[in-house]
Amino acid sequence: MKKVDVRTNAPGLDEHFRRGASRREVISMLMAAGMSTAAAGAVTMSADTAYAQTPRRGGRIKVATNQSSTADTLDPAKPNTPNDSARHTMFYNGLVRFDSTLTPQLELAEEITPSDRATIWHIKLRQDVRFHDGSSLTAADVVYSLQRHKDPAVGSLGRSLAEPMQEISATGPREVRVRLSGPNADLPAVLGMSNFSIIKAGTTDFRSANGTGPYKCQEFQPGGRSIALRNDEYFKRGKPYLDEIELFGIPDESARVNALLSGDVHFIGAVGARTAQRIASAPNLALFETRGGGYLSFGIRLDQEPGSNPDFVLAVKHLLDREQIRRAVYRNYAVIANDQPIDPTNRFYDPSLPQRPFDLEKARFHLQRSGFANQTLPIVVSPAAGGSEEVAQFLQQAAARIGLNFNLQRVPADGYWSNHWMKHPLGFGRINPKPSADVLFSLGFKSDSPFNESGWRNERFDQLLLEARAETDTDRRREMYGEMQRLVHRGSGVCIPAFVTILDAHVSNLKGLSPIPIGGMMGYNFADSIWLDQ
Amino acid sequence: MNTAVVRLIAGRIVIAILTLLFVSLAVFVGTEILPGDVAQAVLGQNATPEAVAGLRHALHLDQPAYIRYFLWLGSLLSGDPGRSLVNGLPVATLIASRLPNSLMLAFVTAVICVPIALMLGILSAVWRGSRFDRAVSFVTMSIISVPEFMIATLLVIVFAVNLRWFPALSYAAGKVSLDQFFRLFALPVLTLTCVMIAQMMRMTRAAVIDTLRSSYVEMAVLKGASPIRVVLTHALPNAIGPIANIVALNLSFLLGGAIIVEVIFNYPGLARLLVDAVSTRDMPLVQACVMIFCATYLFLVMLADISGILSNPRLRHR
Repeated sequence: MKKVDVRTNAPGLDEHFRRGASRREVISMLMAAGMSTAAAGAVTMSADTAYAQTPRRGGRIKVATNQSSTADTLDPAKPNTPNDSARHTMFYNGLVRFDSTLTPQLELAEEITPSDRATIWHIKLRQDVRFHDGSSLTAADVVYSLQRHKDPAVGSLGRSLAEPMQEISATGPREVRVRLSGPNADLPAVLGMSNFSIIKAGTTDFRSANGTGPYKCQEFQPGGRSIALRNDEYFKRGKPYLDEIELFGIPDESARVNALLSGDVHFIGAVGARTAQRIASAPNLALFETRGGGYLSFGIRLDQEPGSNPDFVLAVKHLLDREQIRRAVYRNYAVIANDQPIDPTNRFYDPSLPQRPFDLEKARFHLQRSGFANQTLPIVVSPAAGGSEEVAQFLQQAAARIGLNFNLQRVPADGYWSNHWMKHPLGFGRINPKPSADVLFSLGFKSDSPFNESGWRNERFDQLLLEARAETDTDRRREMYGEMQRLVHRGSGVCIPAFVTILDAHVSNLKGLSPIPIGGMMGYNFADSIWLDQ
Repeated sequence: MNTAVVRLIAGRIVIAILTLLFVSLAVFVGTEILPGDVAQAVLGQNATPEAVAGLRHALHLDQPAYIRYFLWLGSLLSGDPGRSLVNGLPVATLIASRLPNSLMLAFVTAVICVPIALMLGILSAVWRGSRFDRAVSFVTMSIISVPEFMIATLLVIVFAVNLRWFPALSYAAGKVSLDQFFRLFALPVLTLTCVMIAQMMRMTRAAVIDTLRSSYVEMAVLKGASPIRVVLTHALPNAIGPIANIVALNLSFLLGGAIIVEVIFNYPGLARLLVDAVSTRDMPLVQACVMIFCATYLFLVMLADISGILSNPRLRHR
């Protein structure tokens, strides 16, 4: 008996197989090319006008966000994707929620009062709130929900924000006292983040959700879909309006937009500025714009060459053609920024700070003084920080005109945040909208923050940050935050060209949407506001 | 069953087990080489060194790599593929929710695609050089030259967005009616058919032409057998070996390689599960998916070889 290999009967089989493999390679190349050269088009602004109509009850909708993976979770402590945040606001509530100016409004709490210069906070809960399993909301649930963020094993993304909550205790069946390690007038803003949603005391199993939210969890599959059914026992009378929401992710943008165009979904998140035109021109669809504080940052490390030279930093800041970036990269769906992170929708934005212009002469002057003229320096770009390559190219072109050469180094999105972000002398970061000026400054600019993008150190800034945190008078806080904006604008190595407008899209008869600048899709907290006009 | 087949199956099973072992090791080393681990992937931009270290400890990622590999292998051998590092759910549960979908998509596509491809291939071989042959070759080669994602997107734009005949998404859970089933599968299956049909049809054509040129077919023609009889009973059985192989390759592609179709039609299949698992560095889930793909591939190729032997009289009667 000889060894039999019938595949030798098939000459050219390997060739076929090889051809198949190379064809797939070509596909991936074409996909990459298609993404970067998508057709350009003028974009008309379309504002979503919210008419004062009486909401109707009933109907079911399908909602598609831009991400979904097996990492999806029902644990509010660690939302991985927008999908998670949207899911958590369907099934859970926070003690407070944000309104359109990011001012915290009471939700599960009936009263939140500070004492002792905002170091001790008294939280009084509503009486009429029930979990989906029928049990009443008690102080123990709140204590458990807040306390668990401090446990490293939970892996909460809100851990650094929870760390200052030194003592969280129930002082009555519906009263909770939080003692902070230091004053923080912005505690309500922290509590408004979806991480700090309230779950039933003792919950460790997150295969389903037992919350107080407007919808009950009927089905949840990580990387698949979630089905939410109306909670008839919801504590807000008459709400929510829809019978059912089906939520899933469609990561591919054109597939997501096509699904909306074909009527298979009713509400999609994360529409690219280039696609916005298609939505705006469709008769039965509407674009939903949210202006907010999210931005792409160009970080110059001040603790490394060449950023250690202040003249070099100033030269680069004057090389950013913000108008052009806004027009070409964001198709005008952006607001010009001024190298400081507080955006115009924020109540502490200081309009008196003069806008830094695109000025080649000034840039040339500072470059000469820095001694880096005629040198070649690398800039690290990555798809992980969306738009970084385009912005870097504009920077490269402008710099070439004054005799500075930038060399673009492309790195993959995979592992970018751990391996590249903040680790190169010149690189990009992506900052999502934050709930308060304090959180934004504390994370991104405080000298000892692990996310201090440019390694900027400023004692006066750190001191103001702590003072503003303890200050409960809004006018005095505005003054302090104004000075901090000037300090960052002048000294930090973070260049902020524009605040990016978040775009979502929906069928026109989906009503009740209004922007909440903490994120797209009403800060992912749309569940109890939207209704269908059938 | 004769001894050749039995020995082949026994030999293949031993080789399959060794192959699976080797593949699991290669995949493990591969995921280790990739930048970042589960802790970093989960924490993303929020990763501080302390947070990463805490999560690594909680997931036992702070153990040396070879110990983690053998722990995984040991539990797999005792029948437990482990739990996902990312969401803590049993890997078996995650696979169970996706595998039937992938099998269904592969099955429906195969049922439609294989007969059409074989028929076109045989007819092209019989009428080789004719206008029909050239037309079929031209059309199938043109379609295969278009990237898969473009075919899928075009189909969606035409049939879902403009004509609204079929849904743009193919996600349905629970029981669906036959009509709904047809509508859900129409576009994904059409896309996959476009991708696969040319290869199978060309291979069938080549194999049949090969046998039609042989002396025993000439003999059959000379003894007066009808053209249909010549093709079906004399030429085709001898061409089954290569045809079965190309069909097996395409079927194994359907199970694990339908990633573009799964992404564009939002179809919850195994390929997307694997991509998710790789992007979050979820080792147990990556391994489980790869083991399934690899085992399926080996199984299908073995089936193809067996059918090749059984269909070949020279091998069958030895």
